[in-house]
Amino acid sequence: MEPWMIEFHLDGRSGLSPYLQLVRQVRQALRLGLLREGDQLPTVKEVVAGLAINPNTVLKAYRELEHEGLVAARPGVGTFVTATLADASLAAHGPLRQELRRWLAKARRAGLDEESIEALFMTTFRTAAEEDIA
Amino acid sequence: MIWLTWRQFRAAAAMMAAALAALAAILALTGPGLAHDYSTGIAACTQSGCSDFVRHFFNDHQGPFLAVTAVVLVLPALIGLFWGAPLITRELEAGTHQLVWNQSITRTRWLAVKLALTGVAAMTAAGLGSLAVTWWSSPIDKTATNFPKMGPLLFDTRGIVPIAYAAFAFALGVTVGMLVRRTLPAMAITLAVFVAIQIAMPLLVRPHLLPPTRSTIEITTSNLDDFTMGPDHRIRVSAKPADTGAWVLSSHTVDASGHAIDSIPPSPSLSPSSRACAPQQGLSPCLAEVTRLGYRQQVTYQPSSRFWPFQWYETGIYTALTLGLAGLCFWRIRRRLS
Amino acid sequence: MTAVIEAQGLGKQYGRRWALSDCTLDIPAGRVVGLVGPNGAGKTTLLHLTVGLLAPTSGSIEVLGGRPAANPAQLAKVGFVAQDSPTYAGLRVADHLKLGARLNPGWDAALARDRIERLGLDPARRAGQLSGGQRAQLALTLGIAKRPELLILDEPVAALDPLARREFLQGLMEATAEHELSVVLSSHLVSDLERACDYLIVLVDSRVRVAGEVEELLATHHRLSGPRRDPARLPAGQHVVAASHTDRQTTLIVRTDAPIHDPAWTVSRLSLEDLVLAYMGKSTHTDHNGRNHRPTLEVQR
Repeated sequence: MEPWMIEFHLDGRSGLSPYLQLVRQVRQALRLGLLREGDQLPTVKEVVAGLAINPNTVLKAYRELEHEGLVAARPGVGTFVTATLADASLAAHGPLRQELRRWLAKARRAGLDEESIEALFMTTFRTAAEEDIA
Repeated sequence: MIWLTWRQFRAAAAMMAAALAALAAILALTGPGLAHDYSTGIAACTQSGCSDFVRHFFNDHQGPFLAVTAVVLVLPALIGLFWGAPLITRELEAGTHQLVWNQSITRTRWLAVKLALTGVAAMTAAGLGSLAVTWWSSPIDKTATNFPKMGPLLFDTRGIVPIAYAAFAFALGVTVGMLVRRTLPAMAITLAVFVAIQIAMPLLVRPHLLPPTRSTIEITTSNLDDFTMGPDHRIRVSAKPADTGAWVLSSHTVDASGHAIDSIPPSPSLSPSSRACAPQQGLSPCLAEVTRLGYRQQVTYQPSSRFWPFQWYETGIYTALTLGLAGLCFWRIRRRLS
Repeated sequence: MTAVIEAQGLGKQYGRRWALSDCTLDIPAGRVVGLVGPNGAGKTTLLHLTVGLLAPTSGSIEVLGGRPAANPAQLAKVGFVAQDSPTYAGLRVADHLKLGARLNPGWDAALARDRIERLGLDPARRAGQLSGGQRAQLALTLGIAKRPELLILDEPVAALDPLARREFLQGLMEATAEHELSVVLSSHLVSDLERACDYLIVLVDSRVRVAGEVEELLATHHRLSGPRRDPARLPAGQHVVAASHTDRQTTLIVRTDAPIHDPAWTVSRLSLEDLVLAYMGKSTHTDHNGRNHRPTLEVQR
């Protein structure tokens, strides 16, 4: 049994459809460097056996990742990582964090408490994410 | 499917085989001795002593005689109850029909193999039992004056009819099981119907398979069955036909003009004080007087020479019934009971 | 796309009661179909009609292009795991595999043996001594190893503990992926089906309430909550599936293809369970004429 680099899990209450969750988990693994170029993603059969989900869900997630240029399917062999996400994002972290700090200060000055800030952020974030994908 | 049928039937077949083997062993061990005793006894007995020998011989062996006869009598019913009724009900009650009827085999074929194999096993078991008992009991049957060969008890448990009974009981069990769908009620109903038919056959059908022989016979000491003189000096008398194995359907005394009578009316020559019927003389002169006065016994019977024809007729009837029930089963199982 | 199950006005009557009535379905191949409904709704009846254990009283049904259980070839195409996973209690596990091998020309003995080994089932054990989960796995193995095109399961996990339940579904999904099966799976709990199914049928009171692809159903059904409103006054394209009101607030489950522009509503997504409950619910609403509506909808593809 090959040890896969990544193990998927599903959160039934996240509000995100299962295939999106899989896509995100792959992207996260790429970002963190857990998955590197050339690594093989678990086979559809493996994912399905582990999570008891519909095979079409996995196929759809892998197709989406392929569409984004992150992975490539080799017929008869498997699906392999072709790009990473690590580099691009790290450099931008610094300035983004500063901007975020400034915004948080603004929000507090406007009178929002912790929960309101979090709610505002999450709803805007989700709506934007759905608009992106649609 | 043959493998599956055998695998499910294995335990029942083993039990039956063991029981038959035990029976066969007992019969094999005691049979030759029995035959020997009978033949030496018959050769040695004198004319008047023979009826004594016959009576003693039968009384000595009455127990085992009744036992083996009971075995052959009960065997078809047991087959119907324990092999027939549960065949389908067991699958329905356990839900396994949902498993086996989804395999790549049609229900019709499933039933055909099950009926054929188990049915043949049933007939074989009954056949072996009947064969063994018929062979072993033949000396005793010859001495069983109260159980004529053509009579219901011996006719049902000798020869080939037990095979047909077993096949019928089996088919009946399967059919009832298919209609009732639960094991215990199916067993009860199968037993009730089978017993009813087994009683109805000798009562209603068998007497008429061939027209019975009617004959008028003189009453003598050799064929006398019963003689009683009541306090009013009326004589009740009955006689049996010479054919000791015959099945007497009706028997009554008739007077000289042919009318049936209950008892012979008293007359001077037939009273205890008369010369013929004085008690200390024995019955022979009295019976001669009765005959001289014109009284006869009119008997309606099926002669024992018809034993084998009747066996074949009855086998045919039960075979037809069995095939009819089987056809009903095949028709019904295609209707998708569930 | 060929249909695995095509039913037209299918119905089954017992005496005076209709266990299933007016059922029209067109289920495409390659799906995992979830059949949901309360106990007594008619799920088992529908599945038995599909595998040929029952004959219809009215209407017709075609499975993989043929009449159910019509001949051995048809029987070979459809695998069935009945409720409570019936097995022969007196037969060993190995005997069950032999049963499959003898009665199915398409039997894959290597697959069966391999699966039994991986599941850790002792071939010499009698089926009556197995646990519920093990019997379910044995029944599933028998259904899969005959290499059907369609596998039908009647509440296969209802009586199983959570671990056995999960293991069963894992095994089922793995087999689905490996052999490209179409599957129809019934349950009275949506949570069993949520992860695995991409096609949904809701059956309540012997009728089909909704049938369609899960993705499309979730995309076209929304929960609207806002100030108290009469549901009958909604725009034309929006069909109300369920409604509930308090003094000040109205919550509706609607089905619509168009986006919802009314700013007074807060629109939120439904989970599959919410969707099923909405169709199973007894909530009715009255329109402005005072008539009661009991909406029943089908998603047209």
